[in-house]
Amino acid sequence: MQIFPCPFCGARDESEFHYVGEPKARPEPAGSVSDGEWTNYLWFNANPKGEAHEIWLHLTCMEMFAMTRDTATNAVVASEASARPAP
Amino acid sequence: MTSARLPTGGALDRGRPLAFTFDGKPHVGFAGDSIASALLANGVSIVGRSFKYHRPRGIWGAWTEEPNAIVDVTRNGKTTPNLRATTEALENDMAVRSVNAAPTAAADRAALIDRLAPVLPAGFYYKTFLWPRWETFEGSIRAMAGLGRVDPNNRPPAGNPQINARCNLLVVGAGPAGLAAAAAAARAGRTVFLLDDHAEIGGQLLHRGGAIEGSDWRDWARDIVRAVEAAGGRVMTRATAYGVYDGDLVCALEQRMAEPDALWRIRPQKIVISAGAIERPLIIPDNDRPGVMSADAALVYLERFGVLVGKRVVVATNNDSAHAVAETLAEAGAEVEIVDPRASGVASTLRVTHGAAIEGVVGSRSVEAVRIGGRTHDCDALLLSGGWSPTVHLYAQARGRLRYDETRAALVPMGRVENMTVAGAANGAFTLADALCEGHDAGGGEGPAPKAPAGQYRIEASWPKAGDEGRRWIDFQNDVTLKDVALAAREGYVSVEHLKRYTTLGMATDQGKTANVNAIAAMAALTGRTIDETGTTTYRPPFVPIPMGVIAGRRRGALVNPLRRLPLEAEHRADGAQMREYGGWLRPAWYGPDDPQRAIEREAARARETVALFDGSSLGKIEIIGPDAAKLADFHSYNRLSTLSPGRIRYGFLLQESGVVFDDGVTLRLADDRFLFSCSSGHTDAVRMRLELWRQDRFDARRVVVHDTTAQWATLTVTGPRSRDLIEAAGLEITLDDQSLPHMAFATGAFDGGPLRIARVSFTGDRSYEFSVPASRAASLRTRLAEKLPAFGGGLMGLEALMILRAEKGFIVVGKDTDGTTMPHDLGVVGPRDSRADEYIGKRSLLMPVATDPRRKQLVGLSVAPGEAPLATGAHVTAGAGRARSSQGYVTSSYFSPSLGRPIALGLIEAGLSRMGEAVSVYHLGPERSATIMSPVALDPEGTRLHA
Repeated sequence: MQIFPCPFCGARDESEFHYVGEPKARPEPAGSVSDGEWTNYLWFNANPKGEAHEIWLHLTCMEMFAMTRDTATNAVVASEASARPAP
Repeated sequence: MTSARLPTGGALDRGRPLAFTFDGKPHVGFAGDSIASALLANGVSIVGRSFKYHRPRGIWGAWTEEPNAIVDVTRNGKTTPNLRATTEALENDMAVRSVNAAPTAAADRAALIDRLAPVLPAGFYYKTFLWPRWETFEGSIRAMAGLGRVDPNNRPPAGNPQINARCNLLVVGAGPAGLAAAAAAARAGRTVFLLDDHAEIGGQLLHRGGAIEGSDWRDWARDIVRAVEAAGGRVMTRATAYGVYDGDLVCALEQRMAEPDALWRIRPQKIVISAGAIERPLIIPDNDRPGVMSADAALVYLERFGVLVGKRVVVATNNDSAHAVAETLAEAGAEVEIVDPRASGVASTLRVTHGAAIEGVVGSRSVEAVRIGGRTHDCDALLLSGGWSPTVHLYAQARGRLRYDETRAALVPMGRVENMTVAGAANGAFTLADALCEGHDAGGGEGPAPKAPAGQYRIEASWPKAGDEGRRWIDFQNDVTLKDVALAAREGYVSVEHLKRYTTLGMATDQGKTANVNAIAAMAALTGRTIDETGTTTYRPPFVPIPMGVIAGRRRGALVNPLRRLPLEAEHRADGAQMREYGGWLRPAWYGPDDPQRAIEREAARARETVALFDGSSLGKIEIIGPDAAKLADFHSYNRLSTLSPGRIRYGFLLQESGVVFDDGVTLRLADDRFLFSCSSGHTDAVRMRLELWRQDRFDARRVVVHDTTAQWATLTVTGPRSRDLIEAAGLEITLDDQSLPHMAFATGAFDGGPLRIARVSFTGDRSYEFSVPASRAASLRTRLAEKLPAFGGGLMGLEALMILRAEKGFIVVGKDTDGTTMPHDLGVVGPRDSRADEYIGKRSLLMPVATDPRRKQLVGLSVAPGEAPLATGAHVTAGAGRARSSQGYVTSSYFSPSLGRPIALGLIEAGLSRMGEAVSVYHLGPERSATIMSPVALDPEGTRLHA
């Protein structure tokens, strides 16, 4: 039962979280995106052994955040809230 | 074997005799006995039959490492299978039965199987019983495999609590090392959880005794318990820490005598593993005979239970620890002789044969003699001590590495696991003084460690060797011998992981606690490797078998996957609703006690003839609010929503980025900056999550928020040609003319002091009005509408009838009439794909090669000849014949339509939309039928009933 750090709520059991996916820039506009680019975006992941960048959602507070986590040791390296534009 | 109870001795209550039976025969024991000690006290030597060869087996050990004495125990009329006789406390009127033996362990019919041993080596089932077919033999072989019998009446209630706890230090094992660690930590003010799986603390001290800090160890231990409790910690007995998990979560089973067992989930800051060590057998010929026991266990039975395991005992040992056993048994009146392969050992008053090994055991039903150096020596018990294996399991579960220590002939921890220290015998410190020292350090103790007389532990490893003759058992429970390890090596299964699975060594309920280290040494010797090179298999929890009920806790039955309930459930039930699960909700399927098919068809017919009322409260209602609400709504939906006027409703799809239809539903525009998504009941959480993710990732989260209001509103729908009349009769203050409230529009009003929203949407194809009120007003709204039904000959309608009505109109149910590949154009909806210039989820996927494949499955209707039965849902439309026959799609929905008087069906068929009128073959579990492809809209294609 890993413990993940929600940037807003603090350390919580992994069962409170949902894995969203790898951070990827969405290729757009659709008209200028090749089949290969779109396929890569949908289906191909870096899936590294070692430090991985991951997007997670803390279901308790519904905030999305980015975590750097070592997939081999399960160690959490970093956790940060998504950037918000300045008011 | 002539084991018997001595007149005095043991920590028993001899004033409380307990009656029990074993294999039907009555015996008596005492309060404080385990089943095993009581059996030994009554001279029972055969307690079971070995798994494969059905050889008679006796008790080997005294605790969880026990491989042989597996029993089914009946208490209060309920039987629990596969318990260890050594760990179960004896209770009055217990009925104990051996496993894997019939009729009894002593007289087992299948004993002759041992004669077939040469053709039943490890893995025999990969090579034999294959001709003519394995299935011919499979039934009998499976019936003979396994241990124990399940009692279907033994259904414990879901009463096992799960308790979460935190502490500064968790100490696993309250022997000398654990007690020293707990003492050091508690006196420094830390909260300590000290766990031991026995009913009393002390570990080895309970039967080996020991003077600590100059007095009896019990005084020292009592002070420690007080110190731990004073510092806010707890001492837990009968508590087995069985697993270490990510994040240093430790799970422990606490057996509580008067209450259901508890599962503790402990998050300690630090952990000390002081779990002791397990004695190994010597791998000598016929070492599996009843009467061959662990030397340390014999001492436990004498000291704690007052049982002497034999009158003429031979102790065979390659290390110092068994000599105390020999001396103590001799003092208790047994004739004891020691056999030690070493040139010299502990000085002894007893007869010791040095430099010798046991060459064989005589006696098949119990030990009668042993052969040493060519001579036969009569005896009735053979005690073996091949050395000690540190109980490193929890450390290894946490990925701790092990190394082979030559001096100790043991696998000991190497390297560090964060937040964990191993101390005492678990770390290879086999003397009392060393264990106290390590425990003290592990607990962060300052100053000197608790004092005890110095001791020594010497051992000369006597591992199995290549070329050792005779049948020598390594894994008693799964009946695996040294020959089987040699077979595995010969056949190339030299990795320990392969050895394990090929021979099943270490895979029984004892998980090889007395077998694994000998097996590794054997494989090393057979393949010319060192023990370190050979390595160990992966350690996984649980350390001992844990009842499933304890792991499940209270999450049983209805609590495993709780269904969502409607605000009006009580009213539905009072109306005779038959409730069923739909998309995670409990909803009325039909009403009344009649035959379901007739009731459903009557509800459907009545809804089209006059008027019906049904409950739509489970539909998702997710609001998107804010200045950028329209932007989020547009991106999220296949159909553009920013062009929807306030007060209007639009039907559309939600797509996955892969272009696949993920949900359908209507959206209401409540205001310029407010939309209400009404999604399928089963998809609400997924839709909400998706909206949240895109809101935060792509849009300015300060300018749009997502709010799930599903539970706040109850929705009742009035549908049918008389729907407007019924609503007027109900006296609700709303203007119902089509000008004020056209189809696909909504109005707001008031009802019973709260808000009311009426939407004209239709899932039935008839004129329909959806009333939404706060859930607290649901009952009064229902009464107001339902009481008018009889006047119009109308009635309540359940989901099943609704499903027929919508299918008559070709309205899809996502996930039933769509599958994991269905895109909007497969359903005939191409407008947004062809005309939207802006980005939305799934847009690019609609133009991928797979999306434009002409053979894609498309939604169509299917009709059959008059008088025929409906098609089976899931039946395949096929092309070709014989081996060339292939599926072109399948039936997704199929019903008898009472309004049309014939069956209707929907299906996803390859290129279906261009095959209208084509006759096709439909296959279902054998028979083939004929059907015709037609429009999915079987009733009222012009849609006039909406405005009727």
